[in-house]
Amino acid sequence: MSKQEQHWEKSKGLLMMTLAIWFVFSIGIFLFGAEMNEVTGPFGYPLTYWFTCQGSLGIFVILIFWFANRQEKIDEEFGFTERGDD
Amino acid sequence: MIKGNFIDNLPKVYGIYTGGFLAFIIIMSIAEQMGMTAKTIGICFVAFTVAIYAIIGYLSRTAQADAYYVAGRQVPTVFNGMATAADWMSGASFVAMAGGIYFKGYGYMALLVGWTGGYVLVASLLAPYLRKFGCYTVPDFIGTRYGGNLSRFMAVVVLTVASFTYVTAQINATGTIASVALDIPFQYAVYVGLISILLCSMLGGMRGVTWTQVAQYIVLIIAYLLPVFWISNKMGAGFFPHFMLADEVSRIAELEAQFGFVKNSAENLKEVPKGLAGITKAHSAVNATPWAFISLALAMMMGTASLPHVMMRYFTTPSVKAARKSVGWSLFFIFLLYSSAPMLATLSKLSLIDPSLPTGIIGKSIAEVQSIDWYQNWNQANLMFVSDFNGNGTLELNEFFMGGKAVVLATPEIAGLPYVISGLVAAGGMAAAMSTADGLILAIANAISHDVYYKIIDPKAETAKRLVVARVLLVVIGFAGATIAALEIQGILGSVIWAFDFAMSGLFFPLVLGVWWKRANKEGAIAGMFLGLVSGAAYLVWVRTGGSGFLGITQLTFGIFGSAVSLVAMVVVSLMTQAPNAATQKMVDEVRVPAGKSILGKQH
Repeated sequence: MSKQEQHWEKSKGLLMMTLAIWFVFSIGIFLFGAEMNEVTGPFGYPLTYWFTCQGSLGIFVILIFWFANRQEKIDEEFGFTERGDD
Repeated sequence: MIKGNFIDNLPKVYGIYTGGFLAFIIIMSIAEQMGMTAKTIGICFVAFTVAIYAIIGYLSRTAQADAYYVAGRQVPTVFNGMATAADWMSGASFVAMAGGIYFKGYGYMALLVGWTGGYVLVASLLAPYLRKFGCYTVPDFIGTRYGGNLSRFMAVVVLTVASFTYVTAQINATGTIASVALDIPFQYAVYVGLISILLCSMLGGMRGVTWTQVAQYIVLIIAYLLPVFWISNKMGAGFFPHFMLADEVSRIAELEAQFGFVKNSAENLKEVPKGLAGITKAHSAVNATPWAFISLALAMMMGTASLPHVMMRYFTTPSVKAARKSVGWSLFFIFLLYSSAPMLATLSKLSLIDPSLPTGIIGKSIAEVQSIDWYQNWNQANLMFVSDFNGNGTLELNEFFMGGKAVVLATPEIAGLPYVISGLVAAGGMAAAMSTADGLILAIANAISHDVYYKIIDPKAETAKRLVVARVLLVVIGFAGATIAALEIQGILGSVIWAFDFAMSGLFFPLVLGVWWKRANKEGAIAGMFLGLVSGAAYLVWVRTGGSGFLGITQLTFGIFGSAVSLVAMVVVSLMTQAPNAATQKMVDEVRVPAGKSILGKQH
């Protein structure tokens, strides 16, 4: 496998992981919205309510930064980083 | 005061700007103490902020194509994040979101999840790859990746349909705010709003829009957060509302159980002015089926990843790496407002319905409520209404009606905040609507001037001529939008959600598969865009004209149907026709790697 193919395989792996986490917090948990809302979540809010107000939203922010860092590492590993920095 | 490169000085420039804006708020509140009228304060806030945006727009003027189309590709990640957040958060997010949460609760929260979750798709599936491509517009990517004028043209069509649906709502919102703040009739206020919008974008294109959007973000976030924190503290609900409103949320649930949701008869409801609603849904309980919630969230997420005015913001970053990070910053700045909207809805609702609070009106006598100053003001503005349906002389929960906008606009006054806050909120709403309208008008005008005029009609046109065409289109599209907005056909939020559905119907799979599926070819992409858009639109018309729909897909989620058709059409047609040639396959390989030259040159 060429270097480029390996890079793409790894990038695809990261994409799948990112989308899996995204799926859980944007779709998965809301399959059980009614049941989860019986539980008390962070700061004392009902759990499903908290996810819709803050939880899922905040997790998406963190997820994107995590994804960006992991992808940068993959690019570096294969020497595909851009020259010149931002 | 400012030496050296503008980009290096950005933190300083916007730091001074923010300080200046805060000083302006303080001056206005002193002026209020000294007897300045509410109306004058409103005019000052809107006029002052719009004048600043116009100055920024003028200073950003340019005669270069890459500055006009992609701000010279030198916008730093954090600032691009702020600009995207302003681009993204429309007048609807600012004025109507808290109201939607207030009235519809959980079912509406799907929009919050959808409008944020979509950015994960933007960051992982599209933005970095389109940045590497080096395109000026979204159809530029489609046209180059798939080849041929027809695919490029179809992308322009989808972009125009989606963005134009969206932009009339934004111009409508600027008109509404301008008409209230400046006290002029709506039909004229729409054009005042339009001229303000064009002042930001006409001379500098993307460069002008970028730097005004950063300025607009700062105004709108201050205007949203300051009242939320102030009200929360004033009510004694907690100094940091986001972490401290659990008691208030459970108190609302308690009151809801105590009052009960009494259903009004159709006859009684006829009395209620149009556009106003009562509290009929639980605040924090799950009141929608899983599919209703998930389908709406999913449609908004895929729509987010297909809306060209958002995507083109990531063409302005200096690198692929920066584009990825910039998506994270965008969502962070959006999160600041979105996570505050439910808190505002909670504070607003509790302050109105809790009889043990001095501001609570439920349980008071109708005559007493009707004599309250703020009730009279907002009743006159057609945003509040009470009526004694059961004739017992006391206001019940089902006898109180409010417009969705009132949650943001009226809560500061109800909580007893000075009028200067209302002026600030008007400036914030104006900033939110203007920044989104600018991004949208520019997206349409750039696509038509670059992709239709330059790439298809006259590929030999000089830069100067291209930019004249781009500016003329900007004005024409702006006026077309304003003219339709002046007709007041559709409510603000309805048309915003449709824009997402149109965009995802036509563009989501052609964009994503363009990067992630090498086998996707021109014929497939054209079929995907065309059939996706047509089937989505047909479904909307069908449901609007009394059709029953299927699989629980409503007029708000018709994009799910459209994009499914688009995916099937694209895969089937691609596989039935020839694979893309070697040059195209190599192009896709290069897009997938951050290093190296972009596909399209710096000037193209």
